[in-house]
Amino acid sequence: MARIVVSGNYAQSYAALLARVDVVSAYPITPQTSTVEKLADFVASGKLPAQYIKVESEHSALQVCVSASALGARTYTATSSQGLLLMHELLHWASGLRAPIIMGVVNRAVAPPWNIGADHTDTIAQRDTGWVQFYAESNQEVLDTVLMAYRLAEDPAVRLPVMVTEDAFYLSHTVEPVDMPDQQDVDRFLPPRDARAVLIPGVPSRVGSFTGPDHYVEFRRELARATAAVIPTLQRVEEEYGEITHRYHGGPLSTYRVEDADAVLLTMGTDTTTARSVVDEMRAEGRKVGLAKLRLFRPFPTELVCRLAAEVDRLGVVDRSYTFGPQGAVETEVAASLYTARHRPALSGFFAGIGGRDVTPGEVRRMYEALLHGGPSENRWIDLEEQEARAHG
Amino acid sequence: MAKLTLPAAELMYSGHAACPGCGAALSMRLLLKGLGPRTILSIPACCWTVIATPYPTTALGVGVLDNPIEATGASVSGLRAAADALGFKDLNIVGFAGDGGTADIGIQALSGMLERRTNAIMVMYDNEGYMNTGIQRSGATPLGAWTTTTPVSSTVHGKTEAKKDIMAIVLAHNPVYAATLNPAFPEDFVKKVEKARDLPGPRFFHIFAPCPPGWKFSSEVTIKLGRLATDSGVFPLYEVENGVYRITRKSGTLKPVEEYVRAQGRFRHFTPTDIESLQDQVRSSWEHLLRLEAESHPKAEELVSKPVARAVAAPTS
Repeated sequence: MARIVVSGNYAQSYAALLARVDVVSAYPITPQTSTVEKLADFVASGKLPAQYIKVESEHSALQVCVSASALGARTYTATSSQGLLLMHELLHWASGLRAPIIMGVVNRAVAPPWNIGADHTDTIAQRDTGWVQFYAESNQEVLDTVLMAYRLAEDPAVRLPVMVTEDAFYLSHTVEPVDMPDQQDVDRFLPPRDARAVLIPGVPSRVGSFTGPDHYVEFRRELARATAAVIPTLQRVEEEYGEITHRYHGGPLSTYRVEDADAVLLTMGTDTTTARSVVDEMRAEGRKVGLAKLRLFRPFPTELVCRLAAEVDRLGVVDRSYTFGPQGAVETEVAASLYTARHRPALSGFFAGIGGRDVTPGEVRRMYEALLHGGPSENRWIDLEEQEARAHG
Repeated sequence: MAKLTLPAAELMYSGHAACPGCGAALSMRLLLKGLGPRTILSIPACCWTVIATPYPTTALGVGVLDNPIEATGASVSGLRAAADALGFKDLNIVGFAGDGGTADIGIQALSGMLERRTNAIMVMYDNEGYMNTGIQRSGATPLGAWTTTTPVSSTVHGKTEAKKDIMAIVLAHNPVYAATLNPAFPEDFVKKVEKARDLPGPRFFHIFAPCPPGWKFSSEVTIKLGRLATDSGVFPLYEVENGVYRITRKSGTLKPVEEYVRAQGRFRHFTPTDIESLQDQVRSSWEHLLRLEAESHPKAEELVSKPVARAVAAPTS
């Protein structure tokens, strides 16, 4: 095992290298670009014997991966924000054709106005496309999740595409020490793709086709079955990955100091790190607060949320996106999950970190305080409150 | 009658869902005769999505991948990348798209594929409109033609813009091979396919695909109409190999376009002036093509007699 000091973007590139991808296709977009630049270096130097198709748009980048995958290749692409939005149509094609593509996505705000800061609106807006969606907290988690994503995506019970997302700049451009597993261990963990249900040269077949209501429902039902298989399969994949790396990232939803907590905050991505330090501070002060880290947004881990709810009276959800619904996007999923829970905690929603605004320890602390004091009834724009607090000294 | 030399093997089967007299169906049949079974087709949303028949059946004896309407160029790049990465040899990768999926919404991906020098064939089967959605105008619909979105009234005579010149656009990318094909000339058609099949690099076919319901003509005249299109110069047959033009059918003097126009309901409103104007445009395009052939091909230039060369050099109306 080698230790490298890399950005989240390079962690993506190194993971694709270790996964021995056959085909890479990409189009530049800030802040993703250094991922595919690094892959270009790997291919140019012969380190990665892959076909690298430099396309004229993100739409084409994903089509290249979909088509290459349909012929049995292991594929990788990366994008962000507007690029992901342009791919939207192809996202459905990828899941519908059961193409196990892995895509690194840097979570970035959506225009207008132009903004390249961390914001989950781009990826949250793709929640209904059939992709598995991971939100990483660290560069180590990025690398590990990409490798696990290939095993998960290519599992015969799953065969779905996976997005491994990382927050713009906090991960994409921040370097951290990352342990790289040995190639031989990765090869054992991730053998070459078992290419089933693909086009075979010389054999008449059709991938895609068209159907009326007589078969379309069955295709959708198969997608639902595959989606339901993600969480149980992920557990197996994480265990096997743990055997080669001795690292475990806690499954779809992990908790931190939630025992006897009066208030728990649920976060995704890099907010988690800040919130964890605030939990430690407040615990040291005798305040009973805890943290839940949501790593898998699609499929949503409803059962795990219900299990968490059983132990918590006040739950706050941080949404790093604004999606026009009555609640934040993550909060909506949590609320829907809680409807079936035996014990329903009071639920509060916070918008924080929109468009790359820093989510400071002070802000996290204010969210905990709000929860501990009964919680707000409406969603709160924490970024704006912080600004107002600063303005008024 | 001369004996046909087309390959006997059929890779397009009966039971397909094309309309009677469909030029796109004839084109697929001939294309696959030329390409053979080691072919993978990428087909966007178009008439052929339906012609190939619904799941779980197929009317084609080759592998088919469906792709969204604008992405065929990218799809063939992906298929070729996978074929190269996985070591599949002697595999024809072919994008088979309509004129909308090629010249309109698909032009970005087409341009990308050509610029990347993807080793694949892109086919535009040109039925001059969005026929699968029910006869709407495309960039490839000819000037003056009636479609459901270019109606004919007392003030407007069908489409008010000229047909997009897809061959010029493709040739600006310097493909290794580009040609016009017409299923009314099956031997010329298959010969071009067989020639292109073995050339590495980006290749392009512009196929004339008459559409009986869209162009409003009776299904039994598809071939006759196809022959008229070429012999009148409306759809000349030529190939361009590494920049060198070669006209593959020259039948002395061009037939007047009138017969071609009068055979189709979409041009029913054409006045003698409209026909005259089309005739001028066709003559001018044909002379331009002769000039391109003469200028690009040293041998052809030597063969062209002096009076013709002078006529070609003269400005056209």
